[in-house]
Amino acid sequence: MREDPTEMSEDDDRTTDLAGGGTIVVEASSNKTRSCGGNGGGGVGVGTIADYCPSPYPDQVLENVLENVLLFLTSRRDRNSASLVCKSWYRAEALTRTDLFIGNCYAVSPRRAIERFKRVKSLVLKGKPRFADFSLVPPNWGAQFFPWVSAMAAAYPWLEKIYLKRVSVTDEDLILLAHSFPAFKELVLVCCDGFGTAGLAAVARCRQLRVLDLIDDEVNEDDVDWISCFPESVTCLESLIFDCVESPVNFDALERLVARSPSLKRLKLNRHVNLMQLHRLMVRAPQLTHLGTGSFSTSDNPAQADQEPDLSAFATSKSLVCLSGFRDIVPDYLPAIYPVCARLTSLNFSYANINAEQLRPVICQCYNLQTLWVLDSVCDEGLQAVAATCKELHELRVFPMDAREDGEAAVSEVGLLAISEGCRKLRSILYFCQQMTNAAVVAMSRNCPELVVFRLCIMGRHRPDHLTGEPMDEGFGAIVMNCKKLTRLAVSGLLSDKAFSYIGEYGKLIRTLSVAFAGDSDMGLTYVLKGCPKLQKLEIRDSPFGNLALLSGLHHYYSMRFLWMSTCKLTLEGCKEVARRMPYLVVEVIGDTDEGDIDDSIDKLYMYRSLEGPRADAPSFVTIL
Amino acid sequence: MERTVTYENDLNLKATELRLGLPGTDDSDKQTPSGVRSNKRTLSETTEECRSKSNSGTSDARNDDTETAPAAKAQVVGWPPIRSYRKNSFQPKKTEAEAAGIYVKVSMDGAPYLRKIDLKSYKGYPELLKALENMFKFTIGQYSEREGYNGSDYAPTYEDKDGDWMLVGDVPWEMFISSCKRLRIMKGSEARGLGSYV
Repeated sequence: MREDPTEMSEDDDRTTDLAGGGTIVVEASSNKTRSCGGNGGGGVGVGTIADYCPSPYPDQVLENVLENVLLFLTSRRDRNSASLVCKSWYRAEALTRTDLFIGNCYAVSPRRAIERFKRVKSLVLKGKPRFADFSLVPPNWGAQFFPWVSAMAAAYPWLEKIYLKRVSVTDEDLILLAHSFPAFKELVLVCCDGFGTAGLAAVARCRQLRVLDLIDDEVNEDDVDWISCFPESVTCLESLIFDCVESPVNFDALERLVARSPSLKRLKLNRHVNLMQLHRLMVRAPQLTHLGTGSFSTSDNPAQADQEPDLSAFATSKSLVCLSGFRDIVPDYLPAIYPVCARLTSLNFSYANINAEQLRPVICQCYNLQTLWVLDSVCDEGLQAVAATCKELHELRVFPMDAREDGEAAVSEVGLLAISEGCRKLRSILYFCQQMTNAAVVAMSRNCPELVVFRLCIMGRHRPDHLTGEPMDEGFGAIVMNCKKLTRLAVSGLLSDKAFSYIGEYGKLIRTLSVAFAGDSDMGLTYVLKGCPKLQKLEIRDSPFGNLALLSGLHHYYSMRFLWMSTCKLTLEGCKEVARRMPYLVVEVIGDTDEGDIDDSIDKLYMYRSLEGPRADAPSFVTIL
Repeated sequence: MERTVTYENDLNLKATELRLGLPGTDDSDKQTPSGVRSNKRTLSETTEECRSKSNSGTSDARNDDTETAPAAKAQVVGWPPIRSYRKNSFQPKKTEAEAAGIYVKVSMDGAPYLRKIDLKSYKGYPELLKALENMFKFTIGQYSEREGYNGSDYAPTYEDKDGDWMLVGDVPWEMFISSCKRLRIMKGSEARGLGSYV
């Protein structure tokens, strides 16, 4: 299976390591190079590049050999290391790097990246901080695609692939993309916004397009019939994902498109495609491996209301391994998918309002399942059914139907415990609940030693163990202690500084940490900053950490991609102090859109390492210190 | 959407208020302060500040709906951390407070009062029309595409997003509730005129 950033798992921690440290190595104007955390260590190091080999001819041969060898080097981390060996290795690596990864679009400018890497075919670019997903970053904050696409249009006309996450993309950007890259093959947009169907129409016209994946984007509802803009002849399409597009598509055009796309393996429809239409598409594309089923409901058209949908296409499918969609599911039709269950490795029911009784007959056949996303409407009983069958489960996400603090409790520690006992190979879990106990979390830490990602969201803020009344310190402490491979952690519930001392003491591999409404004092954050050498991404909200804690991390900030702190106890002076002492750090104080000046106690701090200094495109509500 | 009136000042109306209930029972203030939960152990002042700060900062961002509900707690911005797309995909079980309804004013020619209704609480045109009939004590008559409403002097009309006055029932229900700004029950010749345009 190819390493694929478009897979359901967002936590592709394998590829997000070290923020593409190679991209922020300063251009060598002399023999010295300043490398900011480029090779896995902490802090700023200054390395000396070896002198040239004395005679030119062996050097040329060496470089040719080197380039040919380096072509095989695909790992970003390895390439960063190789580039530091000596100047000729640096040059050879720069010439042969085809996959450019920019973990923070403001860490390096397009110009600098283009000057170093001449032959890039594929770009991964990440923009806004993750808390933008939860409305914590005002609109128009930044992360525009335009500077990148316009620079690359001139520099990389052979560009084939673009992957963007949390970037603002306009229709004009997409039109420019379509016109500038004749060999363009793959576009993946995750959590992006700013574009609409007009931009999609432009991309559809790319004759060599293989992949157009729109995942969790906000797509403006224009009325352009973009589905009709794909090439008229047989297409190369392998993947078409548009379940997040809210506007209806031209179904007849879609059916014709699918019929003339023999390579199509992944198709994820939006909620405007009903069961009857789904059948027609499945008949046209029996080779599909990944299917997003649209509404999984009958048509709204009253004239068709009496027709029973034909669901036989599931029975004849031999290749389906991933199912999702079910946006307006009619549970009566769920038995239609039984024939594919045994082969499924991935099932996304996170929009399906089904209960345990409706889930059970499906899940009890899914014994090969590796990835499962569900709604908490399935309750603890549903999770027990999952635990009984899905022994190969690697990733579980349980989303809340009622996403409020005082909502109804649907899943609890009972479900978590059941999962931990049944799914011993679990690597990644995201679990929303209203109440939890330390005992269940401790049990999971013991039962699931393979855990790499542990994200528990107890939706009631500051909620303690509901049986003992204790803080949740011991539960999370056990997780960091026992799960030796843990790289990503999100904490919640009532937590004292003790929890953070555990994280600092045992969380030696943690790269991403999310904290909300937790901790007692500056010590909490200090434990983490001093104790976690691999920390890359730290996002904190509504926790009592102040300037002292902020300053305790100065030794580490150059090794991190970013730090986010909102509604903590920071003041302007503290942030200015950091900015003074760390010249390669951009320290942004983000205000609300309508306020002018910031006062002494700041609300939102976002800081990140960068080679470029303060960005020129900061809006008025952002103050860069 | 009326606020609870407090009787604390001046006239001491409370003393002379006629109520049901045993003498001596108190009228407690229905406005629950947001944020403080009873099952928390006591935290330091600093964390209290944090929480109230985040609550006050976000109560502006929240709908006015939440203020009128005694039981509902003001929700904090961005918490729980679910993308809004996912949050909006479900209608949670509606309490009066939480439902973001589509409220439109309804006026009837000749009636001295305006009413307000929540379009979301009706599943379709028949239900809506029945409710209007009950509300204003009249009959609407039979709807036909060609002739509008036959058999009565009244026709239910609505003003849409573009400012045009349309006959209720001409467009699909979903389109209607998303574009309707207000309703007016027309009477007499004006009503008959509208119907014949189709």
